[in-house]
Amino acid sequence: MIEFEEVTYGYGGTPLLADVSLKLAPGSFHFLTGPSGAGKTTLLKLCYGDLIAQQGRVALFGQDARTLSRDDVAMIRRRIGVVHQDQKFLDHLSVAENVALPLTVSGRSATEHDIRELIGWVGLENQQFARPPELSGGERQRAALARAIIMSPEVILADEPTGNVDWEMSLRLLKLMVELNKMGKTIMIATHDLNLIRAAKQQVQARVLRIANHRLQLAGANL
Amino acid sequence: MIPRPAALLQLLAGDAQADRVVPPTGITARLTAFAAAAMAFLTVFALALSLATGRLADRWGTALAQSSTIRVSAPEEQMDAQVLAVMDVLATTPGIRDARVLTDDEQRALLEPWFGPDLPLDTLPVPRLIEVLETEEGYDPAGLRARLAGEAPGAVLDDHTRWREPLVRAADRLRALGLISIGLIAATTAVIITLAASAALAANEQVIRVLRLVGARDAYIARAFVRRFTLRALAGAAAGAFLGMLAIWLLPDADPTGGFLTGLGFQGGEWLLPLLIPPLAALVAFAATRRAALATLKERS
Repeated sequence: MIEFEEVTYGYGGTPLLADVSLKLAPGSFHFLTGPSGAGKTTLLKLCYGDLIAQQGRVALFGQDARTLSRDDVAMIRRRIGVVHQDQKFLDHLSVAENVALPLTVSGRSATEHDIRELIGWVGLENQQFARPPELSGGERQRAALARAIIMSPEVILADEPTGNVDWEMSLRLLKLMVELNKMGKTIMIATHDLNLIRAAKQQVQARVLRIANHRLQLAGANL
Repeated sequence: MIPRPAALLQLLAGDAQADRVVPPTGITARLTAFAAAAMAFLTVFALALSLATGRLADRWGTALAQSSTIRVSAPEEQMDAQVLAVMDVLATTPGIRDARVLTDDEQRALLEPWFGPDLPLDTLPVPRLIEVLETEEGYDPAGLRARLAGEAPGAVLDDHTRWREPLVRAADRLRALGLISIGLIAATTAVIITLAASAALAANEQVIRVLRLVGARDAYIARAFVRRFTLRALAGAAAGAFLGMLAIWLLPDADPTGGFLTGLGFQGGEWLLPLLIPPLAALVAFAATRRAALATLKERS
């Protein structure tokens, strides 16, 4: 689905990621960890075509990311749900409208019932008509998750999704991710929260990748 | 960039959901509508000026091209004889359709604007005027002048060429200026709307980021902005064109003594022309916003 071959990316001539190779197989669950500034967000951006590798090759659903037009990238993003730590919404629309936004922009429609059901699944049934600025951090993350999965994407990428929420909410979000994985979705969560990774390992078979010294390493054994 | 018909059709078809993804922007919306209204108002006047000068040029060109004047200046005792001689010459000149001596009343009417209504014409050495109407083929002015010099030395032929041509030329240039003004107004409208659209795009950077994240294509994002600006321009231009037409309609009626100014306006079917201004303004807004939006989105990719 997503494949990196000796990918290098940096800012201002300094490499942040060097010779990174990675393969996200369908239905897999990955954690991406590493210290702040290690390049977790950059790696995720390379995964959804927001950045283009400076060296090496990134293939998104079999297509070389360098050859993708802006329209192609838009189409790829309909197959990848993205959740950020500091999630952005359209503040003039309600939560339900924000959740349905991927459908709106792709010209597809879903019944009000389907949208309500999804919002209920993430536990926001009472906030569906609220505006995003009225939501708490945890509610925003759950709304973002609902928006990320409404198109039934094949891959879900989450960048520090539990960064702004308490432990109880972190576990709730994790449970939702695990449920999605059991439905066959490919999940990659970037986090530096080792407790979250430990909690996940009790529920799902997850690979833990660590970025250290610009390289990607398999780091699950000592967790 | 020429707007693609398909894009224009999609825009006209509209998409209520897509329209909502861009937040309402109060001041930009009002400024765009106001600018379009002001420009449409000015366009109505430029159009009226252009059409009026066009009519004037045609009138001067056709009316004066087919007529000439012979002025007979002679001592009182020779006046009648010379006038008769001129009429004889004209009667035998090929290309002359009709000729007649202006009556005292007609000459008085011509001089009245300068000397007032109580002009004692019979006591003044006023030349006699003979109006000459030509056939379509016209006459040979040089030959006629030569014959008049022999038969009636006090007769001077004025075929109007001397002052008709500069007047027609001036009217033609005025008409061209009117058309250039319309072009400049359209270009200025495009510039203003481009700036407004660019400002709106800059102010909605987060909206664009979110839309891209959820898989919106550039054409979709652009369309949301383009539709909004096009409709604003259409509404503003419709209001401006209506007010401009109203102002033109309220101008005094054309009056022969009022000259050019009272002739400024539309006649008959010309009243339909200002109705083209709102859709044209919308087209300009569509092209300008689409170009600005796509360029901005490309820049930020």
